[in-house]
Amino acid sequence: MSEKKLAIIATKGTLDWAYPPFILASTAAALGYQVQVFFTFYGLQLLKKKPDLKVTSLGNPGMPMPMPMPVLLQALPGMQGMMTHMMKQKMKSKGVASVEELREMCQEAEVKMIACQMTVDLFDMSRDDFIDGVEYGGAATFFEFAGESDICLFI
Amino acid sequence: MSDFDQELDASGLNCPLPILRAKKSLASMDSGQVLRIIATDPGSVKDFEAFAKQTGNELLEHREEGGKFLFLMRKS
Repeated sequence: MSEKKLAIIATKGTLDWAYPPFILASTAAALGYQVQVFFTFYGLQLLKKKPDLKVTSLGNPGMPMPMPMPVLLQALPGMQGMMTHMMKQKMKSKGVASVEELREMCQEAEVKMIACQMTVDLFDMSRDDFIDGVEYGGAATFFEFAGESDICLFI
Repeated sequence: MSDFDQELDASGLNCPLPILRAKKSLASMDSGQVLRIIATDPGSVKDFEAFAKQTGNELLEHREEGGKFLFLMRKS
């Protein structure tokens, strides 16, 4: 079977949005795709050695809540930590993999992860903050692979 | 259910873990050998069909038994 290619741009750095790129990348790799993920802006959080990802209901009225809650209450200190904790518990109880676990599987399956060098500079991040095996590049680097890809996603 | 060479219990695991674990198990097997997969994720039924179609591994059988989904897959 000829090898198909999947290119993903990961731009979001929250716990919930960490899932789509890693789920799709790991699954595509299992199906025999060659996969590259380009992490830019907040997506760089997903490459941190110890990702401290959070979830918030603020600005996201679609998030299912255990009980209806006014937006101002949702903004109180500690609420984000609580929601993140609850989300992680729920994921665990439903047998959903952790972000770290999925990321490891991507690495095992040789998914190529590229960090946007410009964003690394912009946010004064250090390459030491990121997991091993990450490559650094820019838009042209992305297009080299994406231009030949069968599927290209912006997440 | 017919014979199998290796078994993978993916009970309690959710998408995409059953597929990823199955892929891993198949990687350690020889061509022609059969993997039996047990899953509880209802989405895995369609997913294993799609997995088989795209990877060339043959889905010999799948059925539901007591809330569990059982698959037999032959490595290509």
